[in-house]
Amino acid sequence: MGQHAISDTSRFHSEIEPGYEALARRNENGQCELFVLVSGVHCAGCIQKIESSLHHAQGVRQARLNFSTQRLLIVWDGEARRANDYIKTVEGLGYGVRPYAPEGEKEETEKQERFLLLCLGVAGFAMGNVMMLSIGVWSASAETMGVTTRDLIHWVSGAIALPAILFSGRPFFRSALGALSAGHTNMDVPISLALLLAGGMSLFETINHGEHVYFDSAVMLMFFLLVGRYLDFRARKNARSTATDLLSMLSGFATVIDGDKTRKVLIRDIREGANIRVSAGEKFPVDGYIIEGNSEIDTALITGETLPREAGRDDEVFAGTLNLSAPVTICAARPADNSLLADIVRLMEKAGQGQARYVRLADRAARLYTPVVHTCAAAAFLGWWLFGGLPWQDALMIAVTVLIITCPCALGLAVPVVQVLATGRLMKKGILVKSGDALERLARVDTVLLDKTGTLTTGKPELESRHDQDKLPLAASLASHSAHPLAKALSGSYEGALPHITAIREHSGKGLEGLYKGGTIRLGSRAWCGDKEAPATDNPELWLHIAGQKAVPFFLTDHLRSDSPQVISELKQSGLKPIMLSGDRQAVAEKIAKEAGIEKFYAQASPIQKSETLEELKKQGCSVLMVGDGLNDAPVLAGANVSMAPGTAIDMAQNAADIIFMGEKLQPVHEAYKTARITQKLVKQNFALAVLYNAVALPLALGGFVTPLIAAIAMSGSSLLVIANAFRLRFMP
Amino acid sequence: MSILIYLIPMALLLGLAGLSAFIWSLKSGQYEDLDGASRRILLDDNDEQDNNAE
Repeated sequence: MGQHAISDTSRFHSEIEPGYEALARRNENGQCELFVLVSGVHCAGCIQKIESSLHHAQGVRQARLNFSTQRLLIVWDGEARRANDYIKTVEGLGYGVRPYAPEGEKEETEKQERFLLLCLGVAGFAMGNVMMLSIGVWSASAETMGVTTRDLIHWVSGAIALPAILFSGRPFFRSALGALSAGHTNMDVPISLALLLAGGMSLFETINHGEHVYFDSAVMLMFFLLVGRYLDFRARKNARSTATDLLSMLSGFATVIDGDKTRKVLIRDIREGANIRVSAGEKFPVDGYIIEGNSEIDTALITGETLPREAGRDDEVFAGTLNLSAPVTICAARPADNSLLADIVRLMEKAGQGQARYVRLADRAARLYTPVVHTCAAAAFLGWWLFGGLPWQDALMIAVTVLIITCPCALGLAVPVVQVLATGRLMKKGILVKSGDALERLARVDTVLLDKTGTLTTGKPELESRHDQDKLPLAASLASHSAHPLAKALSGSYEGALPHITAIREHSGKGLEGLYKGGTIRLGSRAWCGDKEAPATDNPELWLHIAGQKAVPFFLTDHLRSDSPQVISELKQSGLKPIMLSGDRQAVAEKIAKEAGIEKFYAQASPIQKSETLEELKKQGCSVLMVGDGLNDAPVLAGANVSMAPGTAIDMAQNAADIIFMGEKLQPVHEAYKTARITQKLVKQNFALAVLYNAVALPLALGGFVTPLIAAIAMSGSSLLVIANAFRLRFMP
Repeated sequence: MSILIYLIPMALLLGLAGLSAFIWSLKSGQYEDLDGASRRILLDDNDEQDNNAE
């Protein structure tokens, strides 16, 4: 029955050719190009290691790793088949490599960002040059500058400003047109109006040799707005959004047995009934049942349980779970798209959609703001023209001034600047905020749901203190030969010399066996080599049996993170209500909850029950923060008002969460909450500043006391004030 | 004021040169990996030079 895992896997690996050549493309120079995703890259050293080792490989022309997207581009001369060698080189350095499945949405975001930058660059160029020309006109008087010269300068300004407005104003025009054709208005409608009217009126004045030419104001307005827009875009963009969702889980390769040969096939191409070889340490690519071999399976991904499950012939296995101890052959029951994993992902997506779409503060402000501005501008124009006795050009100029002075620059900057700064500050503390409005939602939370395993606890079993000190070195030495989680935990908790053991064999699902000083020793399950009469315990255990002696147990427990109780009490002090969710048994859950200081907890909760608990809370009007790390938490993470996941969480949970935190501590949860509160305070102050500014400036503009130029300067000034206020975040604790 | 005939085009040309440099840097992907760029300054670039020298 027992199989020797190591020799078996290596035999199979040598026959396998990874199929990366199929993904390589020829570029126009006849060179091969390949994009892959590399995981585990986290510093400059990683970039250098990967790139330089590829540069030294034969034939490679270019190797470039994009740190933000974790995408590696390899360009080489010669055969496509070399791709596999290059991938092996990178894998040999200890990095994970996955085929890159391009995602439409992500490419679209990148394109949009480039477009905004281009618009910003053109607007900046236009602003600089038009300003330079304008300064000449402002500083000159009628005696020093003739009408002809002034007209010339106006014409040149117009020749720069008008194309620039048409080119760089497009982000605003598009959004405004979109809103108008859908029958409502947004912030971009008055912006577009101000830009077009200011440009058009200035052109009209220039043709008529007038002096009310405000190309400078229009371009300056546009530049500042684009800066705000770009910052906002960056804040909203998912930071480091590696393609780590279902798509990428299904984008790897599986070893399919075809007659007496094996070949690598893309997981998404696996058909029902295919025979697939899964070696020890590999993930099952699809749902199916075992047709050959015995092994243990780590089902934590699906169930959240830390203990592995034994599986033999005809036992069902699920995609995404990990084959631990021995190679097995499975028969695919369903294609990858229909796996249980895919179902959970769909449940998660549904939860995400069901989440009442949060209206961002800035958008709510804009909703109030736009009608007011439109009405004011229209009233100014009609009032001055019909009742004020001004010619329509002058009346229109006052209306343009109103549009410019009330320009939502401060509104557009008030939120993104603070968010970008807050996100940067959290990033330095190892907290990654994926979406800009996550902080806004986090500041409004009143209930915290915490998963037990891997969130409140470290998720790694550790050796308990009550054990036989003398036998530990022997047990650790034996355990160091296995990749089993419990064995790894045992060998990891011992530091010291390891006694030499020979003839070590791993018995699948039972344990390890070896020879020590001529006697057989065994380390493994209670049923195989333990004391069957000993009282049962709640904790995972390993038994060491030395021939002729009584077996001794080693207990392992999943400990609380060192600062969990402290963080829980801090959260309570901040007025939040902590609740614990666990898939574990009542007794274990209760013990952990008590240690952490949480009064309310749910034990033995399935992924669906977890979702129901969340729904119940939301129905009661609670605003919920979910902290979790497993696939079983993913639907709740997606459905909660805001969610956090530790960096050790599975990819799916990290993808579903709004915020990811690194490190061994739970402290980041409270840290993020604190920062979110401060951020929200600054955002509100910024709004107050913007409102105050408008309250002063608007009557002046309506009264016709302000020219568009002064309006543009006042507007920029208010923007700078808002930015300066945002920077106070730097000096807050 | 006739000096303007020279100065304005010169200023514009300089500005346009800057703008085209920006557009070139944008098109050649220099803004695609700002996080990476901030880390790459820490690297020795001997390896890349070796490669280019080939």
